[in-house]
Amino acid sequence: MARFILGRLIGGIVILWLVSVLAFVLFFVVPKALGNNPAVLFAGRSPDPATIAGVTRKLGLDRSYVDQYWDFLRGVFVGRHFDSGSDRSWCPAPCLGYSFRNDQPVWSEIVDALPVTASLSIGAAVLFLVVGVSTGVISAVRRGGLFDRIAAAVSLAGVSLPVYFTGLLLLLLVSYKWHIIDNVHYVDFTHNPALWAWNLIPAWLVLSLLYTANYQRLTRASMIETLGEDYVRTARAKGLRERTVIGKHALRPALTPIVTIFGLDLGVLFGGAILTEHTFGFRGLGAISIDAVNTQDLPVTMGVTLFAAFFIILANVLVDVTYAFIDPRVRPS
Amino acid sequence: MTAPPGEMMVESVAAPAVVQPEGRSLWRSGWIRLRRDKPAMISGVFLILLALIAIFAPVMVSLLGHPPNEPHYDLLDPNTAAPRGRFGGMSWHYLLGVEPVNGRDIFSRTVYGARVSLLVALLATATAVIIGTVLGMLAGYLGGLWDTIIARLMDLLLSVPSVLFAIAIVAVIPNKAFGLSGSGLRIGVLVFVIGIFAWPYIGRIVRGQVLSLREREFIEASRSLGAGTFTVMFRELLPNVAAPVLVYATLLIPTNILNEAALSYLGVGVRPPTASWGDSLAVASHGWYSIEPIFMLAPGLAIFATVLAFNLLGDGLRDAFDPRGGR
Repeated sequence: MARFILGRLIGGIVILWLVSVLAFVLFFVVPKALGNNPAVLFAGRSPDPATIAGVTRKLGLDRSYVDQYWDFLRGVFVGRHFDSGSDRSWCPAPCLGYSFRNDQPVWSEIVDALPVTASLSIGAAVLFLVVGVSTGVISAVRRGGLFDRIAAAVSLAGVSLPVYFTGLLLLLLVSYKWHIIDNVHYVDFTHNPALWAWNLIPAWLVLSLLYTANYQRLTRASMIETLGEDYVRTARAKGLRERTVIGKHALRPALTPIVTIFGLDLGVLFGGAILTEHTFGFRGLGAISIDAVNTQDLPVTMGVTLFAAFFIILANVLVDVTYAFIDPRVRPS
Repeated sequence: MTAPPGEMMVESVAAPAVVQPEGRSLWRSGWIRLRRDKPAMISGVFLILLALIAIFAPVMVSLLGHPPNEPHYDLLDPNTAAPRGRFGGMSWHYLLGVEPVNGRDIFSRTVYGARVSLLVALLATATAVIIGTVLGMLAGYLGGLWDTIIARLMDLLLSVPSVLFAIAIVAVIPNKAFGLSGSGLRIGVLVFVIGIFAWPYIGRIVRGQVLSLREREFIEASRSLGAGTFTVMFRELLPNVAAPVLVYATLLIPTNILNEAALSYLGVGVRPPTASWGDSLAVASHGWYSIEPIFMLAPGLAIFATVLAFNLLGDGLRDAFDPRGGR
């Protein structure tokens, strides 16, 4: 068990390192290779020559890639100075980049935007797991029945509808036609939890629709498989109540593949959250990254990308480790 | 190996009486199963029509609409910049009305949007299929270190948020690169970005198939006859993974359509004024959809219908060619 967890952790660290190299290549090597000056990209919209020279010195863009990468990596762990001689700025750890345009570390922008994306993703995840798994179980138990057929049709429509379309549609109805929630906007949880939830409901519904459909199909297929197992027949033959047979003997093993898929889906969920928050006008991680593209503030885009990649990989390692506790079969002997 | 003439004669005489069981190939029996699947067949017909509309967009638009980038300020209310009349100024001349602000023909933009959507999705799927099939076969057939590296790479690409990386890639690519510029470059970048995050879906399927195929006798036979790795992979394994690749490629197209529309919607996809469904939704989302829902319904329903049709066709293909492959 300890060896398995250790192996997963080491694997996670290797992947994190690979991602950091990949990100460095993407943001520092690729632009240069394609004839873009990275200093211009990092400096912000239409910088003057003095600013470009300053940013070049600050990032050490005239030095070798190895040196640049080393500074970049060290910044993440211990922070780094950006020094152009005349101007000096400090970017504390974890330094995922420094926006020269706004003159602040990207980390502070990420910390501001994170609660929005997190609220959206976590709420939607709870919703789609509960609804998806429970409707999937009903579909599997009453296979071929009316509920199953309706659920199949709804989930087919669900996976074919883009969130940015259903989002606008729901906003149109809820906000402009029926005036149930006027002016949907993000309210901080600490400010007012009730308003926080109330304003997030449409976004949660929209974001979860897509995944509910997926998890409904997945749970149904997984349940149908376990319901056909011999031990389920044995449980029934022992005279156990149907509820116990389904809830305990069939559902529990059926859930293990769903945990794995959920871990893999976290990144996709993140992407969905970005689209949803854009549609609803919430200022989450996606919004600051896209704004940064439009205002040509590359450090922010880089910071958000790195943060998201690190976060998703760590979450995946965590899911793997949790998995080892749930399912004894994963533990290699 | 020709039969002697005498026997041929006997057989041809007996033929009307004896029904020879016809040896059906995988493709033929799959087609017979697919033909019975009504939703899949209707979707297939719809998609062929859609492809024709996309290919002949200029003809369609010259018959039924106006050039997609032509402004019609005379149709707009000068005070609100919204079209005059109901339903976005719908009329026989403007079948789906006109856009706010510049009065471009929504019908024409929706028709032209199909071009971008299908082009990007199909090219990205082709990219994913080529990379996924080759790397999936390598991983499954060679095993060992190759397998570890490729499988880990696939896990990595599937777990990172592709939308954020796509935004980042678009941000670092200059306006001119690889001898391309403007919308040609953007389409190329979109195909690359979507394809590079999509190939692991194909790669995983191919790897799994090859893992079970490589233990079979015909592979062993081929190898013992002296076939090299390359020959075994492309002559023996490839034809056997072709059916599942076709099925999952069809199911990948709708995902790619959604991804292209998403990136264009976020403003990092196809550049305006090139018409795309995602961009049309972005235009509608700037408060205009609450004034007139048609701005959002035209591109939104176009995406929905296309994606749904590909999903239905893909499900039908899966049931026909890979009966036990369904989740």
